[in-house]
Amino acid sequence: MTAAGVTAPAPAPGRAPRGRQRTATWRLTDRIGLALAWVLGLLFCVIAAAIVIYLLIQGIRFVRPNLLVTNPTAGFNQNDTGGFLGPMIGTLLVAAMAMSLALPIGVAIAVWLSEYGRPGLLARVTESTIESLAGIPSIVLALFGTLLFESPVLGFLSETNAGVVYGKSFFAASAMLSLVALPMVVTTVREGLQAIPSHVREASYAVGKTKIATTRRVLLPAARPSVITGAMLGVGRVIGDTAIVLLLLGSTLSLEGVGSVPLLSTLLGTGSTLTSYIYDNAPTGDLNQPNKAYAAAFVLLVVVLALNLGVDVYSRRARRLRWG
Amino acid sequence: VYEQALHEEDSRFSEDQRAELTLGALVCVVVGLLLAMLVFVLHEAWPSFAHNGFAWFGAGGSVDNETQAIFTSGDLNQTPVYLFHAWPLIWATLVITVLSVSLAFVSALFVAVFMVEFAPEWLRRVLEPVVRLLASVPSVIYGLLGVLVVVPFIGNHLITQHEKASVAYAVSLSGYSVLAAILILTVMIAPIMIAVFAEGLRSVPRGWLEGSLALGVNRWRTFWKVGVRTARPALVAGTVLATARALGEAVMVGMVSGGVGFAPNPADGVPVFFFEPSRTLAATIIADNNELTSPPMKHTLYAIAAVLLFSAAMLSFTGWAAKQPMKRYGIRA
Repeated sequence: MTAAGVTAPAPAPGRAPRGRQRTATWRLTDRIGLALAWVLGLLFCVIAAAIVIYLLIQGIRFVRPNLLVTNPTAGFNQNDTGGFLGPMIGTLLVAAMAMSLALPIGVAIAVWLSEYGRPGLLARVTESTIESLAGIPSIVLALFGTLLFESPVLGFLSETNAGVVYGKSFFAASAMLSLVALPMVVTTVREGLQAIPSHVREASYAVGKTKIATTRRVLLPAARPSVITGAMLGVGRVIGDTAIVLLLLGSTLSLEGVGSVPLLSTLLGTGSTLTSYIYDNAPTGDLNQPNKAYAAAFVLLVVVLALNLGVDVYSRRARRLRWG
Repeated sequence: VYEQALHEEDSRFSEDQRAELTLGALVCVVVGLLLAMLVFVLHEAWPSFAHNGFAWFGAGGSVDNETQAIFTSGDLNQTPVYLFHAWPLIWATLVITVLSVSLAFVSALFVAVFMVEFAPEWLRRVLEPVVRLLASVPSVIYGLLGVLVVVPFIGNHLITQHEKASVAYAVSLSGYSVLAAILILTVMIAPIMIAVFAEGLRSVPRGWLEGSLALGVNRWRTFWKVGVRTARPALVAGTVLATARALGEAVMVGMVSGGVGFAPNPADGVPVFFFEPSRTLAATIIADNNELTSPPMKHTLYAIAAVLLFSAAMLSFTGWAAKQPMKRYGIRA
């Protein structure tokens, strides 16, 4: 918005200066309202600062380098329960696998919605399905996941014992987590594609390119900042989710592989992520090691902050790419 | 040469068509999967609803005892028990959701107005990332801070011995409470609202505000009467989004609200009511997820999920309906 501030006849561009004398003539209720807005605005800053600083202090107190390279072990004392290497690997695996599903599918749906969208009815149904997917609680998705992955048809994706499908594995958790990330990816990429003016497409058609070639060679590269933003927003949702991990990854102490094929065994097996590790180590959880929970929460918060920063940088880059 | 070109044209056309069909098929698969989810969840939930009828939503008996009976009846050679009266869970969900959403709505509206119109430039530059950060902190971290900071504070400093004694016959007050859940949930969902509200407020046509200012109305009143009213559909959309999040928040609420199937009783008086523990619908699924092995328990949990799914669908529908008038102004939110 480049317009001048609402106090119209300001000589300089930008917002008009506002001082106490400007509000002096206001009614009391209006002044109270403005004061309340200030208080609440500052309150949110204070809350955010408090959360970050508090976790930073706890992080400095409890994070030790050896926590990052040892696996959790069972124990009663906070000194001999090990670190959280396993959960960190779990978070990494889950994020990578969920995004490798959600990103291509999300981009494809966004492309279809923005570039094709025929028949119109299907487009509308898709749009509202994706929108309501964002509103479905992840715990419901998790419960649906147990139903899906305990069925014999999908038994090959988790441990099977005497015909009973266990239904908990990295595959199961990642598949459901990708549904959590999907709406973020679709919405962001679609917005990025729609921001590209039609003359760019028409120029490409005019030199004889097909629609799909235009999309691949012109539109998607141009919308790359949005794709990256969407991916990072999706990763943020995936690594922050607890419910799906608890129900579909088993939240076991360590990564427990199934079978003997090196990587595949891990992916077929159960494990935990930082979120489920924090959940279990909170005083309400099964393990109750608050110091470990604080340390893991600090690590998770650092990752989330880094992702936020990345989103900031790339969404600004996307905005700079304003088409004239 | 001409024929070759024609052929090329043809193959190119078919390549494009193939791409469209592939993408369309993918879309159909995803949409179909999600619709199948609806059907499967309802199918699994049916036995629980069928046995209880509308009493499922009613009160009566202790939910915790009922779930215990349902779970143990899943053993071999036992007739499954389905008796389930979910009212305490529904009541807790309603209390926590409604109160935190209304608290968040008021504060988010003020903060959004402040951020868009009244905050000085430096504060705006701080507020925007702050809102994004608060929205992206994982719920388990909020839960951890709740359990280790907010809950002990409520238990040690806010609840008096007298208040503990007054309800000791029914429930013990420890700090794990509705109040903790409401406060933390407010902080979690307000940023979602602020983001949507602010976007709606920013897209209010400048001329409308200037018209009001030209009539001599002050800035606060102008923005409140013209800006906020114009952005009303965005207010609804943001509220719907935040309500969906609040309804489905299982992890944080489950951690701080006490995990007891107890319906907080308004008759206990105002501070005590908020100090009472409870368990919401979503938190029940998390708490009992190890009991999915018992078939009747499984059906009961799916029934809870179906209720949540239905509420989420209703909310999306409300959000969609609220957005329609906005399209008239060419405002996207």
